Amino acid sequence: MERIEGIAKLTGAERYVDDLPAEGALWGMTVRSPAPRGRIREVRFDPSVDWSRFVVVDHRDVPGANEVLLIEPDQPVLATDRVRHVHEPVVLLAHPSRDAVRQAARAVEVVVGPEEPYLDFALPPRPAQIQRGDDNVMKRIEVRKGDVEAALARAARIVEGEYRTGAQEHVYIETQGMLAWEDAGVLFIKGSLQCPYYVHKAALRALGRDADAVRIVQAPTGGGFGGKEEYPSMIGLHAALLALKAGRPVKIVYDRGEDMEATTKRHPAIVRHRTGVNADGRLIAQDIDVRMDGGAYVTLSPVVLSRGVIHAAGPYSCDNVRIVGHAVMTNSPPHGAFRGFGAPQTHFANERHMDVVAATVGMDAIEFRRRNMIGDGDSTATGQVIADGVDRAALLGRAVELSGWREKEAAHARLARSDPWIRRGMGVACFHHGAGFTGGGEVMLASRLDVAGLPDGRVEVRSANIEMGQGTLTIFTQIASARLGLDPSMVTIAEADTGRVPNSGPTVASRTAMVVGRLVEEACDELRARLGLGPDVVGDSLTQALVRWHAERPGAELVGEAKYEPPPGVRWDDESYTGDAYAAYGWAAYVAEVEVDLRTYAARVIDFVAVQDVGTVLNPTLARGQVQGGVAQGIGWALMEECRWKDGAMENAELTNYIIPTSDDLPPLRVHFEETPWPGGPLGAKGLGELPIDGPAPAVVNAIARAVGVDPREIPLTPERLMALIEDDRARHARIA
Amino acid sequence: MQPGLVQLTLTVNGERRAVTAPLHHTLLEVLREELGLTGTKHGCELGECGTCTVLVDGRPVLSCLEIPAALEGREITTIEGMESAAGLHPLQQAFAELGAAQCGYCTPGFLLAGKALIDEKPAPNRAEIVEALGGNLCRCTGYLKIYEAVELAAARMRGGRVEATPEALYGGA
Repeated sequence: MERIEGIAKLTGAERYVDDLPAEGALWGMTVRSPAPRGRIREVRFDPSVDWSRFVVVDHRDVPGANEVLLIEPDQPVLATDRVRHVHEPVVLLAHPSRDAVRQAARAVEVVVGPEEPYLDFALPPRPAQIQRGDDNVMKRIEVRKGDVEAALARAARIVEGEYRTGAQEHVYIETQGMLAWEDAGVLFIKGSLQCPYYVHKAALRALGRDADAVRIVQAPTGGGFGGKEEYPSMIGLHAALLALKAGRPVKIVYDRGEDMEATTKRHPAIVRHRTGVNADGRLIAQDIDVRMDGGAYVTLSPVVLSRGVIHAAGPYSCDNVRIVGHAVMTNSPPHGAFRGFGAPQTHFANERHMDVVAATVGMDAIEFRRRNMIGDGDSTATGQVIADGVDRAALLGRAVELSGWREKEAAHARLARSDPWIRRGMGVACFHHGAGFTGGGEVMLASRLDVAGLPDGRVEVRSANIEMGQGTLTIFTQIASARLGLDPSMVTIAEADTGRVPNSGPTVASRTAMVVGRLVEEACDELRARLGLGPDVVGDSLTQALVRWHAERPGAELVGEAKYEPPPGVRWDDESYTGDAYAAYGWAAYVAEVEVDLRTYAARVIDFVAVQDVGTVLNPTLARGQVQGGVAQGIGWALMEECRWKDGAMENAELTNYIIPTSDDLPPLRVHFEETPWPGGPLGAKGLGELPIDGPAPAVVNAIARAVGVDPREIPLTPERLMALIEDDRARHARIA
Repeated sequence: MQPGLVQLTLTVNGERRAVTAPLHHTLLEVLREELGLTGTKHGCELGECGTCTVLVDGRPVLSCLEIPAALEGREITTIEGMESAAGLHPLQQAFAELGAAQCGYCTPGFLLAGKALIDEKPAPNRAEIVEALGGNLCRCTGYLKIYEAVELAAARMRGGRVEATPEALYGGA
């Protein structure tokens, strides 16, 4: 089935927030902190500007609690007396002219009395840098299985390694933006966002309003990748504060530089491994330490850390595992949700480390993985017994075979003998990704979803889950249409408007198709039951029954409701961090082929095979797009996407110096699905969206390591970093010679 | 007329349009704000991302860098002008079939850059497509489906009833 909203997007008809007409609207802008930490001494308004022509808002205009409510209430909507990061919002301005408000924002100066910032999370904070507890740690998590120390004591070999990953900017092509207005006592906030009810909850708290006096509406969203999970609450509140003070609609749309500097990025991470292997090349101990830079406020860091920790031991079977994770508060802009949500960082470390361990013990990297691959009946680090029928070793075998690994390795060896400058190599990564919220998260969310039967015989899916390019509208249409035997044209998806749709939870965590899609099926069943019909009544008979029901009850609403229940047997204990961390996992094996030019030190990916099992594939075209797009982002993160920081601010907040892959930077991305249906998901499907970002970086870096014989431990592996590694290696060999 | 404003006559999608716009407005701003053609998107306003691509006399230009006064008498084509009385342009049709638009924000720019390519080279090879679209950033697709859609549309425009290959629709590893 083709994308539901495809034609609107292909003809320019789709209206994103920047395109929405707003009669009499003002443009809003944000004045931000110039310093990473300190007390606000003064806010100076340039006296040459006539400020009476502007709406000006500061923290005193926040009617409720001055906090952007999420996990902890520590982040202010607008700074009061102190700032904790560069670009922290301090003052808001609005004016009918976009140009005028842009100029005016430069005429306001926030004067900060500086205090010592904590900017390098790799080092322990000095006493003057401590701002939270006695060590700046915002969250600590520990997973324990078996006895790691005893197993290390009897290991044939112990292999240690430290791995680092950098921040990554989302670069959704549509920058963030929100429109707010008040109509008959109801405040509307509409814009580019992933989680309508997150913005709703934050608005009730900060604006001191009743639930029905705020409506959050999603506008078509031009990419999110997690970047529009939490930050839209901030922008939505800013637009609302300006609109309420102005008594007119206010639109805030960030320009690219502001979006890159001020909004969230992927958490930088340092992961240390100490691994015990026995004489047969089996893992007997994994001791893992994960440290992430959370930035200046808690935002989502505890749950990003949690997902990172839970995935840190990889898709392998090991009886003795200890994983300790810390998310640390620093004075960077808060790091946040980004596709993968902590798992790409720990999978990079683990899969690079697996190559290092295999090389150290003298085993083939593929055979070492195959021998340790988790099988049905084995348990993960949290003690979750895997039993979904997926043949994970076969995924690895398929990826290796499709990539032509053996023949290509032989050709690469010949090339290295004949060409003075060009080197090629193959690299592999095996990984998994849990779909849905972690642990008891889905139970706590208690998602609800409605499917309404309309008087004209169509059905309407009412959910808070949004389309941002990944295909929600199409997938929900397919699921409802399959469940009720209806032509897709008889299914409509309601706009995600908190005034009209129940809270089916956020559009994050690879949960929409799997968890919420299952609710679509259940609500369809409930709708049919409310008509007094059995599950065998489908298609035209169902449509006629709907029309008849409404004809007999004019004006009445017919709604099938669904509420989340965990699949049978899924148990999690948050105290001990044990149990079923996720209801289901997607599994994958990716192979990269790279080419390195020893004159420029540039590495290019020249071929890529992505093999995965995510249960039934609901829509092959959409699924392939998700995998190819995720792989592209992963290759960017591995090789070129580097946030450069100076005094706590992103220095390269432009697309000319923060480089994402262009059409010329990517190889053929060959995608293959094995399909083992998962009975807990709609039509047998598991979640897919995040899985493809977890594997490319380690596969690519492993391939570079094999191509040129160096041992990279940090990404992005830019030409500069690769040059340093190769030159160090040459110098070492020269000394030995 | 107020100071700082300029009167222009622009030919957009085959129609002559009289416009009064602030002197400093770029073509992107004039299209969106003065002419209400919001299909052309802001991406970076610095000429870095290709999102705002439109055609001038059939050649792709970055509308965020163009001064409208220099374009009087030239043919400007935006995404709103791609569809004809006969229906969708073959590129739009191919993008729909192959799922080459995901979030859709970069899509108008890709369609216009692709149209310029096919109009100039009716049978572009993959390298020529990669080159022609190299200035347009997409963060959703990894570009593959976009290339395949350009190839499919070009093949159809050369004549013949070409169907999408299973590899393009389903991905073959």
